[in-house]
Amino acid sequence: MSAVIDKADIASYAIRWGDDALILSHRLAEWCADAPELEEDMALMNLALDLVGQARTLYTYAGELEGRGRDEDAIAFTREERDYKNALLVEQPNEDFAYAVARQFLYDAFSLPFYQALASSKDATLAALGEKAAKEVRYHLKHSADWLIRLGDGTDESHRRMQAAIDELWTYTGELFVNDDLDRRLIAAGIGVDLAALKSAWNDTVSTVLKEATLQRPADGWMATGGREGRHSEYMGYLLAELQYMQRAYPNMKW
Amino acid sequence: MYTQGLDIPKGDKSIPVEKADSAEALRFQARIDADEKIEPKDWMPEGYRKTLIRQISQHAHSEVIGMQPEGNWITRAPTLRRKAILMAKVQDEGGHGLYLYSAAETLGVSRDELVEQLLDGSAKYSSIFNYPTLTWADIGAIGWLVDGAAIMNQIPLCRCSYGPYARAMIRICKEESFHQRQGYELMLALSRGSAEQKAMMQDAFDRWWWPALMMFGPHDTKGDAEGIKSQHSEQSMKWRIKRVSNDELRQKFVDVTVPQAEYLGLKVPDPHLKWNAETGHYDFGPIDWNEFKNVLIGNGPCNKKRLKMRREAHERGAWVREAAMAYAAKKAKRNAA
Ligand SMILES: [Fe+2]
Ligand SMILES: [Fe+2]
Repeated sequence: MSAVIDKADIASYAIRWGDDALILSHRLAEWCADAPELEEDMALMNLALDLVGQARTLYTYAGELEGRGRDEDAIAFTREERDYKNALLVEQPNEDFAYAVARQFLYDAFSLPFYQALASSKDATLAALGEKAAKEVRYHLKHSADWLIRLGDGTDESHRRMQAAIDELWTYTGELFVNDDLDRRLIAAGIGVDLAALKSAWNDTVSTVLKEATLQRPADGWMATGGREGRHSEYMGYLLAELQYMQRAYPNMKW
Repeated sequence: MYTQGLDIPKGDKSIPVEKADSAEALRFQARIDADEKIEPKDWMPEGYRKTLIRQISQHAHSEVIGMQPEGNWITRAPTLRRKAILMAKVQDEGGHGLYLYSAAETLGVSRDELVEQLLDGSAKYSSIFNYPTLTWADIGAIGWLVDGAAIMNQIPLCRCSYGPYARAMIRICKEESFHQRQGYELMLALSRGSAEQKAMMQDAFDRWWWPALMMFGPHDTKGDAEGIKSQHSEQSMKWRIKRVSNDELRQKFVDVTVPQAEYLGLKVPDPHLKWNAETGHYDFGPIDWNEFKNVLIGNGPCNKKRLKMRREAHERGAWVREAAMAYAAKKAKRNAA
């Protein structure tokens, strides 16, 4: 394919994945000083830190492609809610530690094959990011899968909580594998990742780990969508109010 | 570290003042005097062991509680770069807590016991973390002043007589000095910013300056009528757990920090502050020991909040820790079968 690639498309694509990383890192950071043990406090912060790093790379690149003078912070902090294109899964709140584990695991099982595939993008910047992020996310997946197994196969209470979290969040997993027009254009150009094609790897990981965790895999029923179009849950507004607080209260300053 | 409050209050009889005339005690003191390191398996006086457990565990608790006021701004950091720096810093502080609990465990006490003492309110942590972080500038003030004061306190402890503590301090000091530079750099950005940013910085400085000076603890020599002077300071000096007096460290901190504040365009909130050419030090005004004592006994702005959050996090996490133990037991059983 030698179609002329629209830079704006690549910028939108980078922002979309940056949003997943940023919003998930925000939810992880909410555990600060609140995790079940000190070691886990540090581990969750470590994941959050990796995700912020990924978001920064993606936003900075998007800003360069746009050429309108937006830097990583203008993109991260000054958009309207409708312009955030993260998946609904990553914005779901920390109901309890089991939710945090389930959200992380369901996302990591997706983002590992995603970044592995992105590593062969024809876009050199995205490919380099894919390679780096895949290494980080491999560790994230190990961490979240270990917890899923421990909690699923731990006590009656932890099993019940873990199953409830998986059941509740399952409805947000379908959206991860939907290709929209932007995806299709970039797949055709050899730049984007075919999300539908990641489903079988995700299925394998999820089934294997759920089984080891003695948890039931929920049926694939109705799936919630909207995040990729900027239609979010009610939680998102509060998350952004906090995330954007400084840039909204003190616009156009250097920090 | 956050040594303030680590001194043992008057009337506390839980730590015996040693009679140092046994053969073992004399040999022990001779080793200390020769600047040898004491290691976990070595004989040590009970008072030495207890003093160290108390000091190291209070230091560990301070690192852990200190994650709260700084964590308060992670989700609101103004830029992604600042967010990442703050996340890494708070993560470091958690790591300091872990090394220090391990160092305390070498003295024959478990981390669980120590955490229990924190949660039931019988163990202290540094009072500095009982002050609130009200604006973003407070994050700069903490890094610059609190980590800065911590370094002053800790550098001498890298030569502490107890090996595991001294080694933990060496590692921790490196990271604290990194935090101090990052805090100062945050302030520097504000000092070059808008009028609002400058006002935010001055306000944070006004609120953190005196608490930072209090971090060095009560006066060593004068004692005071309030009954907060450490009785055990001398003993700790002799054992080389403590190597420099509170007042010397505080003076050093003032001497180093005042020019930094001036460079930022800050006004030090002390009408008595004046360079003394004769002594080669800054003279500064009296510390409000009444405030110090009040925060120490629980009346600081955030004492209740900090402890409540720690307790609630611990309680909320109980089912997770139980599950992890249950799983480990099952796994061990399966592996044995
Ligand atoms: Fe620390
Ligand atoms: Fe620090």
